[in-house]
Amino acid sequence: MYKKFLFTFIILFHSSLANALIEVDITRGNLDPLPIAVSPLYVDPKSENIKDIKTKSLGEEVSKIIEKNFKSTGLFNPLNKDAFVQKPDIAHLKPRFEDWRLIKAQALVTGKLNVKDGKLKVEFRLWDLTASKEMIALAFTTTPGNWRRVAHIISDKIYERLTGEEGYFDTRIIYVAESGPKNRRVKKLAIMDQDGANTKYLTLGNELVLTPRFNPANQMVTYLSYFRNLPRVYLLDIETGQQEVVGNFPGMTFAPRFSPDGKKIIMSFAKDGNSDIYTMDIETRVVEKITEHSSIDTSPSFSPDGKYICFNSDRSGLQQIYVMKSDGSDVKRITFGSGLYGTPVWSPRGDLIAFTKVRKGKFYIGVMRTDGSGERLLTENFYQEAPSWSPNGRVLIFYRETKSGPSGEGFSAKLWSIDITGYNERKIDTETDASDPSWSSLLSK
Amino acid sequence: MKFIKEIKNTILIIFVTLALSACSTGKKSGVAIDGDVYTGKDTVEYLAKGVPDRIFFATNKSGLTTAARATLRKQSTYLRKNKDLNVTIEGHADERGTREYNLALGERRANAAKDYLMTYGISGKRISVISYGKERPANTASTPLAWSQNRRSVTVKVN
Repeated sequence: MYKKFLFTFIILFHSSLANALIEVDITRGNLDPLPIAVSPLYVDPKSENIKDIKTKSLGEEVSKIIEKNFKSTGLFNPLNKDAFVQKPDIAHLKPRFEDWRLIKAQALVTGKLNVKDGKLKVEFRLWDLTASKEMIALAFTTTPGNWRRVAHIISDKIYERLTGEEGYFDTRIIYVAESGPKNRRVKKLAIMDQDGANTKYLTLGNELVLTPRFNPANQMVTYLSYFRNLPRVYLLDIETGQQEVVGNFPGMTFAPRFSPDGKKIIMSFAKDGNSDIYTMDIETRVVEKITEHSSIDTSPSFSPDGKYICFNSDRSGLQQIYVMKSDGSDVKRITFGSGLYGTPVWSPRGDLIAFTKVRKGKFYIGVMRTDGSGERLLTENFYQEAPSWSPNGRVLIFYRETKSGPSGEGFSAKLWSIDITGYNERKIDTETDASDPSWSSLLSK
Repeated sequence: MKFIKEIKNTILIIFVTLALSACSTGKKSGVAIDGDVYTGKDTVEYLAKGVPDRIFFATNKSGLTTAARATLRKQSTYLRKNKDLNVTIEGHADERGTREYNLALGERRANAAKDYLMTYGISGKRISVISYGKERPANTASTPLAWSQNRRSVTVKVN
């Protein structure tokens, strides 16, 4: 399904990067988003028409995707195009800075594209309107069918330039698509672009599937399937559709995730009423037992350097979060607050652990340092759980379920996201009800 | 104006009275929960006359209550009489826990029931277990009563 698309990048000319111009601080809640004008990209009138793609409106469409991406961060305020004062082609050559400043824009994105010999060539520039300077200029060539990804890559480059951190727009989300009544939910694996476009279903819904997670290369997915009513961890190759059971366990395996090098799957195996954590090397098939305790040990997640594992266990009596070395030694409990803690997930930056907390009948998504200190609860709701990190470690996606009425009516499950600042809580649009989201890493890196 | 306001107040009072009386009748009928373990018969099905198919658990627990043990002893008697019968014990959790923990909890509950049947002489070979976590609620409402009915293990005939 993923073809390796070739993107040819050319840096047009380096404007002085050392000369720090406008900057967006993303380490705290941003109540004053940066006003940015995204001009439609100028389309070369000699561009060829390609099947299913209206080349003429492509410049407009690309700019809309960039605007939607920026708006979703809460850090930028894309300005209304009606107020724009310069034609796209002229602005792209050299904007009249004072005119753009008049509409209160602080940054401007311009670009142009053409389709020639079946190839899409796009270039864009980012302008600092306050300092009247160009900040970046990039050009790249790809297949026309890839145009949405072009818009995401441009968004990532601009986000990176303005915030100093990697973007997360050229990414995908894998999740469980849900439909049907609450006691007989039909669940399918689904994959979509980060902005909700290009939804594809990977299973038919004949068996219950849960908790899909990407491997670091985003080509494999590990998940739980009740195929033939035997709940087991599976491995799915997204490109070929090939599936296999992970390991040969005489009982339920669940809660799978990949190790950061993608070589192992870590998961729980339940036998005789006891769940412990195991790893299996995908190539050698060697299975290792990591925890050995009569309590429930589950929801394991590696630190990005692969040296540690966080997990939840009820060995203290109730669900709490623990950290251990990746060989299972040196187990330390890190949560001591009132309430239950579950679903720990290590941040890709390594600095934080995201979790679900249950306290007095409410569910919270929160983050804490990896020793359990500095707990911050980001959002409270009737039911929400299963956070997954954006690749830059700035945003969490999770799912939320509503309270249902006496016969299950009014029940729904949706994906939501929130910045780790606690700001910018958003519902993610999906074609169906959705749960168990997992965020990919950057596709073009 | 004043008249309308008075009518409004009267209507409001009637409403409040109705609402209150509805509440009190609800209480009188009694909710079949002891601690937070369900003790009633709604949702219960029967393997045979007088042999309930399910037992109920407290929140986050897999310990067997006195009532659960009594039900399992009835099941063991029934299984001893029907030697060719195999069963699957399904373990379930309510919707108020994280999905992965609930899968483990369901498995632990099903095994608690299995172990008890085995101490009453039923071969473990006749009993398989499966956990559905919170995926298959018996009562789909979001109320403490529904949740107590969903914290259960259910013995299902296989053949």
